[in-house]
Amino acid sequence: MAIDTETINAVEKATKDYKYGFVTDIETEFAPKGLSEDIVRYISSKNDEPEWLLEWRLQAYSKWLKMTKEDPKWANIHFPEIDFQDAYYYAAPKTDAEKPKSLDEIDPEILSTYNKLGIPIREQEMLAGIVGSGNVAVDAVFDSVSVATTFKSKLSELGIIFCPISEAVKKHPDLVKKYLGSVVPQTDNFYAALNSAVYSDGSFVYIPKGVRCPMDLSTYFRINAAETGQFERTLIIADKGSFVSYLEGCTAPMRDENQLHGAVVELIALDDAEIKYATVQNWYPGDENGKGGIYNFVTKRGACRGKNSRISWTQVETGSAITWKYPSVLLQGDNSVGEFYSVAISNNKQQADTGTKMIHIGRNTKSTIISKGISAGYGQQTYRGLVRMQAGAENATNFSQCDSLLIGNNCGGHTVPYIDSKNFSAEVAHEATTSKISDEQLFYCQQRGLNPEEAVALIVNGFCKEVLKKLPMEFAVEAQKLLEVSLEGSVG
Amino acid sequence: MTIALEIKDLHVEISDKEILKGVSLNIEHGEMAAIMGPNGAGKSTLASVLAGKEGYTITSGSIKYLGKNLLDMPIDERAAAGVFLAFQYPVEIPGVATSAFVRTALNAQRRHRGESELDGIEFLKLAREKAKELEMSEDFFQREVNVGFSGGEKKRAEIFQMSMLSPTLAILDETDSGLDIDTLKIVAAGINNLRSDKLCGIVITHYQRLLEHLKPDTIHILADGKIVKTGDKSLAILLEEKGYQGIIEAA
Repeated sequence: MAIDTETINAVEKATKDYKYGFVTDIETEFAPKGLSEDIVRYISSKNDEPEWLLEWRLQAYSKWLKMTKEDPKWANIHFPEIDFQDAYYYAAPKTDAEKPKSLDEIDPEILSTYNKLGIPIREQEMLAGIVGSGNVAVDAVFDSVSVATTFKSKLSELGIIFCPISEAVKKHPDLVKKYLGSVVPQTDNFYAALNSAVYSDGSFVYIPKGVRCPMDLSTYFRINAAETGQFERTLIIADKGSFVSYLEGCTAPMRDENQLHGAVVELIALDDAEIKYATVQNWYPGDENGKGGIYNFVTKRGACRGKNSRISWTQVETGSAITWKYPSVLLQGDNSVGEFYSVAISNNKQQADTGTKMIHIGRNTKSTIISKGISAGYGQQTYRGLVRMQAGAENATNFSQCDSLLIGNNCGGHTVPYIDSKNFSAEVAHEATTSKISDEQLFYCQQRGLNPEEAVALIVNGFCKEVLKKLPMEFAVEAQKLLEVSLEGSVG
Repeated sequence: MTIALEIKDLHVEISDKEILKGVSLNIEHGEMAAIMGPNGAGKSTLASVLAGKEGYTITSGSIKYLGKNLLDMPIDERAAAGVFLAFQYPVEIPGVATSAFVRTALNAQRRHRGESELDGIEFLKLAREKAKELEMSEDFFQREVNVGFSGGEKKRAEIFQMSMLSPTLAILDETDSGLDIDTLKIVAAGINNLRSDKLCGIVITHYQRLLEHLKPDTIHILADGKIVKTGDKSLAILLEEKGYQGIIEAA
């Protein structure tokens, strides 16, 4: 019996016995199906949260209740209505007894993808959640535990805080209280409200004044990211004059039984600070008929709050059945800069409605948008973006480039740019192209010795070059392979 | 000399129209054969069918290369077996640097043949050597494949790729078209450099000019889907005098 079915059965049994709803049995490491005030309280108590945060969650919950008819309908995505009472909002991590014992117990299809991506065996074990493998996570990735310890002590020497947000709430309540929800308000949208009420955990980063984070925070914690929950919450604060590069996600395929994912990520850059945030998203996309797969409904937003601050989003979106995601930047500080570099793939029956919002508020603010959408099979891909020049955005400039690449005859690429300028001195430029991989290109590459899949991958990599080069080096290499794996079967 | 490429009674259709109507042709190891003929004779079709391009229906006949049935092999397998087509219209691949493209191709072929891949340094050394022979600036390694190339640059880049991939059967489809005299000389010298008893070549051209530099061993006239005349270099001179019509009528 699959692990998830076991869990579901266990939950059903438990909830039947307690028909008045909520189970207070601490031993039971899961909450019953559905969403209620009790569930919100349960999650809060599981994380041992202070009263103010519980209040904050409850407030979000009551607001969400009033929004329940407001889940966004404007996106170019189609899926059956979600029954929010038919989902679990808290499940404890799997126990060792439930975890697979070795790679032999893992779906061979996943293993073959790991191999194609060139992921080392030890790392594969961790990604697959093999018993005991987590203890050696850092060891496997970085050759020795001492390296990790050095990293940790280096970070704390510099005063950098990097920990689960549940821990930050306890250890650094003032920072969390000050910034949580300050970029993405509870009522920002339906899924953000839901996340605010029921988020399980996530990451917290604080870079003190004038500190340049000496390492890419991602690479080190890459494996840990594999165990993030359904409703993740990330908060990154770069204080004055600081710099941080953060990488979320993993190129390895993520199978997850939670169909709906609703993360919220908030970035805050104060004066002269810079945040680079890169994502490689490879959630399960469903099978080639569109069965199964993750709904990834994410709210990501950064605020360039200080003058001369800078935020850049780089994303490579290859997974999920449905992606609904618009990493945005509020350009509040004068001379602040916002950037968005995106590659999104929809193969088979995948649907992606993704893009960005650049809201220019301060003077001389500047934004750049480079979006590369690739559709294959029956995939549907929409770039949706908003560039807004507020009245005070003197001399603000934006440049947007949205390119779509189609593979085959049954997919679609759509571009929906909104431009709204309230300032005469602001400049907005938008370029868009749609192209197809031609038979001539495929023939040319194959004549030189590439097989059809290598040929597509090469052409697609060329198409995405401007974005891929924004990724940290080692990830760029993996991302290239990932594009190839994601487009398997799209030709021939 | 032994026969490397054997084309027997090849009939080929495109959308129900017969283009090649029974082409038979043998090419020996080390032989350079020229195929000449008027527009629409089927020269480029023959080149495409040899390389394995889709969209052609082979209704009868066979192509054997080094004892293997070429028609059964996918395009990339033919390339790994040594078949190279220099395109009449080389294709652009935006965003992909020429050196990265050639390296990917070369290593794909080497993998296919069970040989070790070239690392960056080995590759660059080889590429520099070949570029020098073709009097090409190394700047073009970083330029995107054929994007913004002039006609001459495209043809030179094709010959560069050919010398990097060192094929055993080179098909040059109107490589001389659109070249000025100086570039033509460089390209011809590049091709001549590659000539050996291991390489057999098929040069498709309209004009005698390229042949003056390449000095093919045999010349075949293809007209209306058939080879109507075969001879040595004197045939090209005769052709220049009498034109295709004169030769075809006499044949």
